[in-house]
Amino acid sequence: MHWLSWMLPPGASTFAGKIDFIYYVILTITGVAFFLVEGALVVFLVKYRARAGRKAEYIHGSTRAEITWTSVTAVTVVVLGVMSVPVWNLVKGRNSVPADAMPLAIQAQQFEWHVTYPGKDGQLGTADDFELRNQLHVVVNRPTVVMLTSIDVIHSFFVPAWRLKQDAVPGLHIRVWFQPTEVGEFELGCAELCGLGHYRMRAQVTVHTQEDYDRWLAEQSQNVAIR
Amino acid sequence: MATTAATVDQLSHAGHVDTRSFLRKYIFSTDHKTIGIQFLIMSLVFLALGGTLAMMMRWQLGFPGRPIPGGSVLPETMAPGGVLLPEFYNSLVTMHGTFMVFFAIMPLLVGVFGNFLIPLKIGAPDMAFPRINMASFWVAASAGIIMLAGFLVEGGAAGAGWTSYAPLSETAEYSGVSLGQQLWCVSLIVLGLSSILGALNYITTVINMRAPGMTWFRLPLSIWALFITAILVLLAIPILSGAVIMLLFDQTIGTHFFQPAAGGQVLLWQHLFWFFGHPEVYILILPAMGMASDIIANGSRKPIFGYESMVFAIIGIGFLGWVVWGHHMFQSGMNPTLGQTFMISTLFIAVPSAIKVFNWLGTMWRGTLHFHVPMMHAVAFVAMFVIGGLSGVFMASTPFDIYIHDTYFIVAHIHYVLFGGSLFALFASITYWYPKMFGRMMSPFWGKVHFWLTLVFYNCVFFPMHQLGLHGHMRRIYDPTQYDFLKPLQPLNEFISIAAFLLFASQAIFALNFILSWFFGAKAEANPWKDNALEWTVSSPPPHGNFPETPTVYRGPYEYSSPEVSEDYLPQNKRLPTDRAPAPQPAGH
Repeated sequence: MHWLSWMLPPGASTFAGKIDFIYYVILTITGVAFFLVEGALVVFLVKYRARAGRKAEYIHGSTRAEITWTSVTAVTVVVLGVMSVPVWNLVKGRNSVPADAMPLAIQAQQFEWHVTYPGKDGQLGTADDFELRNQLHVVVNRPTVVMLTSIDVIHSFFVPAWRLKQDAVPGLHIRVWFQPTEVGEFELGCAELCGLGHYRMRAQVTVHTQEDYDRWLAEQSQNVAIR
Repeated sequence: MATTAATVDQLSHAGHVDTRSFLRKYIFSTDHKTIGIQFLIMSLVFLALGGTLAMMMRWQLGFPGRPIPGGSVLPETMAPGGVLLPEFYNSLVTMHGTFMVFFAIMPLLVGVFGNFLIPLKIGAPDMAFPRINMASFWVAASAGIIMLAGFLVEGGAAGAGWTSYAPLSETAEYSGVSLGQQLWCVSLIVLGLSSILGALNYITTVINMRAPGMTWFRLPLSIWALFITAILVLLAIPILSGAVIMLLFDQTIGTHFFQPAAGGQVLLWQHLFWFFGHPEVYILILPAMGMASDIIANGSRKPIFGYESMVFAIIGIGFLGWVVWGHHMFQSGMNPTLGQTFMISTLFIAVPSAIKVFNWLGTMWRGTLHFHVPMMHAVAFVAMFVIGGLSGVFMASTPFDIYIHDTYFIVAHIHYVLFGGSLFALFASITYWYPKMFGRMMSPFWGKVHFWLTLVFYNCVFFPMHQLGLHGHMRRIYDPTQYDFLKPLQPLNEFISIAAFLLFASQAIFALNFILSWFFGAKAEANPWKDNALEWTVSSPPPHGNFPETPTVYRGPYEYSSPEVSEDYLPQNKRLPTDRAPAPQPAGH
């Protein structure tokens, strides 16, 4: 990692690219604004510093300048807002969850993540469900929907590589979905202060290929049967 | 206005022989200037304390698990063997935020400068309600002591964050803190009373006690900002008090406002807290903007650019500040459609903020800039506020907020606004009005040394936090090395910590300059900065009752380099041959 780099680390979900794109647009706009404003400031500081024989000009303002910078700023923020709406709807909108998404349930509790898997039938709430602690296994390129809740305090489900964060709130069941695009190991952290173990409320995320996942599922189901 | 004149007459008839006892003059004083100075000393002490807490946090983040130097003085319940405990770290996070927001920045801006400047700048002998004003300080001081007591009770100080999200803040079972969490509530309820008393005083004073000729559009921008801030305080603080009382009831007498198992609503706390909390953000920046405006016009020797648009921007921010609270809750599980609404209102608050920045630039444009210490801090305020404002755009956009919410990007943003913004403006204001408060000048040399060290180290601390956030570094975590993806960031965390220690150490220069100048500083003349406002027309410090006779105002406060006079400033009360006396006040006013 380069210390002053403004690049984002690689994303690994279908909407990571869209979120990152918005970031780079905002970075460009604010970057230009930053250099214009701070640049003008530095130029003024040097150019208009007090020197013998120069008197400040007696100017009270300019309506034209006020109208210009007010409207340019307003138009820019409207454009950013218009750009942001569809991506927000895609990730968090109530009707955005794909119908074929694999269901999971996650119950957060001080200071661990209880993940309930649907077993072979692919349905939650049936006899072959099983639960794992601090391990999230999902399939690459397959939409997954998590029914997220908490049984004590507020936690926050955060997988940086997927650009996904959602608070887990006691008393609410929030549906949050994602579709991983990269196979491998990732980290799930808690992003909301939840007590003295907040800093170690961590889970391992494993993104499998479908075959790999099926093999893993078979093993797990066997374990459940033995138990 | 008749009452004003009467009070001034009584005071002048007393012939300035101050017959008040020591206790009445310095401790239980009703003089707004003394009360302002009392607030100043109290909040600087809390500022130093808040900074100390931050240093302990930075030690743990830079060098996780290593014993803190000198940490053996801390009790076993905080840091056995000098190594901070996670629960103590949570208390540090909580108390740093609480002290800085409620007991340092807010009283510095509102308590100190609201008190000191309002009567002086509008030409009044004191506040409308001097005794209520005195009560407001002593109530605030008591609240501070109650908050401090949290460190001494069993279970330690509050540890649920300065936002005290329920249900973590509800029971000891969740947070490990019982009495400390309740003291946090009690302290904020008491402090709220102080703020409300102060606010109604400021509002009444500005409306009723302006000197003849001091029309609304001749008010200095600092007074406009403090006036709008006082309205925000008066409307926002009762909401916080109400929410905190509900939380205290949940903690102590068995109500369940925020407990879902018993039918309560978790998100209700956040809605109430942020409905207060977002206006609070503007309470913490508007007075800074106002005072920086006064100082930048003075340092530029030029009228403020776009005075009226500055006033409307203050009012606009004050209004929009009420409809953006939901942007703190985008990822909270709140209805996502509501997120869109709050995104639009939040983006729009960039407009009045941008207007202010451009007008400050416009003020400096074609001026003759004099870089006295207050001006240097005020210019830095503009430069840093720009960064804080621009970084706010990132989190206003709901989809990108998904990623950076609750990361160090937010920590960077809030510190660019509160430290880079408010605190730099406060350094500007303290050094600017110090001569008026104490009758002596602060050392300009040490002032400049302090300024440059602060500016450099400040940016070394907070700028790289943007990078931490962009790599997903969560806030409020005790040990970042627990996560593999954060381990490569550890050298950056170390760098930030070392810069933070240097930043903290540099503040000793300011503290020494402040204290030593009080006794040994050069005597200040009445108007050391050649400013136009009314407080500079009376001695430094001004006498009890402020003005020997009620001043008459002929113009606004920013008439620098006016062609009508040979000097480059023109005091508000100086009558030129072309000036007419202000219209007589309507009867019964």
